[in-house]
Amino acid sequence: MNASSLDVAHLLAGSMVLVSFMLLYQDRMFAMLNVFALHAIVLSASVAWQAHIQNAPHLYVPAAIALVLKGIIIPIALHRVVIRLGIHRTIETAVGIGRTMLLGIGLVALSMVVMLKAAAAADPLAREDLAFALSVLLLGLLMMVTRRNAVSQIVGFMSLENGLILAATGALGMPLVVEISVAFSVLVAFIVIGVFLFRIRERFDSVDLQALDEWRGERR
Amino acid sequence: MNAFFSEFTPLTAVLIIPAVAAAVLALLPGYWLAARINVLATLATLIAALALLVERPPVGGYLFVDDLNNVFIVLTTFVGLTTAVFSASYIGHELEIGRLTPRHLRFYHAMYQLLMFAMNLALTANNIGLMWVAIEMATLTTVLMVGIYRTHEALEAAWKYFILGSVGIAMALFGTILVYMAAQPVIGEGAEAMVWTTLVARAAGFDPALLNVAFVFLMLGYGTKVGLAPLHAWLPDAHAEGPTPISAVLSGLLLNVALYAVLRFKLLLAANPAALAPGPLMVTMGLGSVIFAGFMLYRRRDIKRMFAYSSIEHMGIITFAFGMGGPLANFAGLLHMVMHSLTKSGIFFAVGHIAQVKGTQKIADIGGLTETHPMLGWGLVLGVVAIAGLPPLGVFMSEFLIITSTFARQPLLAVALVAGLLVAFGALFLRLNSLAFGEPIGSTAPVKASYVPMYIHFGLVLAAGIYLPPTLVVWFQHIAGLLG
Repeated sequence: MNASSLDVAHLLAGSMVLVSFMLLYQDRMFAMLNVFALHAIVLSASVAWQAHIQNAPHLYVPAAIALVLKGIIIPIALHRVVIRLGIHRTIETAVGIGRTMLLGIGLVALSMVVMLKAAAAADPLAREDLAFALSVLLLGLLMMVTRRNAVSQIVGFMSLENGLILAATGALGMPLVVEISVAFSVLVAFIVIGVFLFRIRERFDSVDLQALDEWRGERR
Repeated sequence: MNAFFSEFTPLTAVLIIPAVAAAVLALLPGYWLAARINVLATLATLIAALALLVERPPVGGYLFVDDLNNVFIVLTTFVGLTTAVFSASYIGHELEIGRLTPRHLRFYHAMYQLLMFAMNLALTANNIGLMWVAIEMATLTTVLMVGIYRTHEALEAAWKYFILGSVGIAMALFGTILVYMAAQPVIGEGAEAMVWTTLVARAAGFDPALLNVAFVFLMLGYGTKVGLAPLHAWLPDAHAEGPTPISAVLSGLLLNVALYAVLRFKLLLAANPAALAPGPLMVTMGLGSVIFAGFMLYRRRDIKRMFAYSSIEHMGIITFAFGMGGPLANFAGLLHMVMHSLTKSGIFFAVGHIAQVKGTQKIADIGGLTETHPMLGWGLVLGVVAIAGLPPLGVFMSEFLIITSTFARQPLLAVALVAGLLVAFGALFLRLNSLAFGEPIGSTAPVKASYVPMYIHFGLVLAAGIYLPPTLVVWFQHIAGLLG
């Protein structure tokens, strides 16, 4: 493995962190979905690159899943959900965008400090990949916490999951990566179908989770 | 054909029977037959699980049985059987009043068996990746069952459970990947570096810093599934809005399965002398859950929600005991886990029939049960007395052991634990008083209930409180020693 292949791996993993930041400040639904598609495409490129430099052809499967399912099918499906729900105007945030970005920077710094120190003995490729992956994971979590709307929470969850796939492919020779990526795809598909069902059955007037909270048994 | 039979050992049977039953039940119309097949399949699984006690299969690369998971497997299959019996009468009533359609039922029975399969797979897995996949599968099946009534509340509960459970599962996967990263330089690339028995045998050589970070993620991830505060938010909703047999299985079994995963990784950390001690983290989260749930019990107006908070409390006690460690606390924690599973699922059996006959889950609309429905009312009284930890029932004994062993080592922690227990005790009896005694409120119609599962559970808890068979004590002591 030469230095330039390492550099490309870092470039791709680092771009994922960057795109995660871009997700944090989107305030339009469609723009957010487009950025998420970009996130998935960068993940796919990163995984494919790992497959190439690790000489692990089975890793092309998660790369293909990321590209087709998360880069194309799910954004289109969510696009249609958003149109049908009529929520494409703005995204309600629970925390202001400026503060969210600052928190995000803090989380990335935290994951760099923790992972680079904890994995000091590990292989350099895996170590830095892991630090980037943890950043993507924490940024996804931050997005889930700071958004009220169900669709943007789903996008937050999927970007979190992209971080996991990045970590799993970075770990040299990790078994079951393909299975895990498939298992997660099932999970994501369930989430998207769930949102569809909520609407089709017209049980809720809104997918704003704050409104759902009103239905708790305690407040009746 | 011969190859098939040689593969059909008790170990594979606990997985194959539920998987086949799930496929059959998914295709089978008609409630009467499906409910009976459900019971028969769980009975067959229990027999296979008991056979594991007699003949221990060799350790495989994907599946294995040792002393620790054998307790969990037997407990899971036993409560799976009694819940299937209870479910048959409970679901029959739901069908009569039209809350569930026959199509839902087919789905429900298939999911029930799939859940049994996923839990048994998680318990027997010798591969930490496989264990993770199995726990994810168990989560998904329960999410689908929690939302089965398709009401506002049920869908909200399922959604919340789903999102929080998924985040927990994602955290656990990150921890699993980190464990692999720690193991890979020592064991080498490939599947061998995820095999639990290999991991434990060679854990001493792992990078301790990586293991520490991994355990924090695993504890947060699987801890969400255990329902420890402050990661518990999904638990009360999921228990209150789903069908009651599912509440019983969730509280009695699925929480244990997640705890089992935590215990496995605790053992892994214990095998590495340089890694951090997992105890204090578990003690903190456990104690926090006990005290938090104790206070939250006072504000409950929904009967199933109340017992869900009681589950958080008891999972906290068990996590606390395992976090304290040492032979006595581990023994007590293990005993408490078994007692809690039996008692809490028994309580949910009673609560399920009570909610059906009264047509509501609101505590204010239920009253004087011992007068109108003596079998159910006294069953509930017995269950609450047991879960609150009064002698001579089994929960008293395990709680007593936990408290005394803690007093000997950390008196301050023991005081906090006792305070939490007393707070919960007060809340439970406050509610029990209006539920079971006083003026009858609500419908007094006779009820077609199956009392057998409920009284079997309470009978076992009572028997354990009075007399624990020496073989069981030796067995549990042996496991407690293993847990360190």
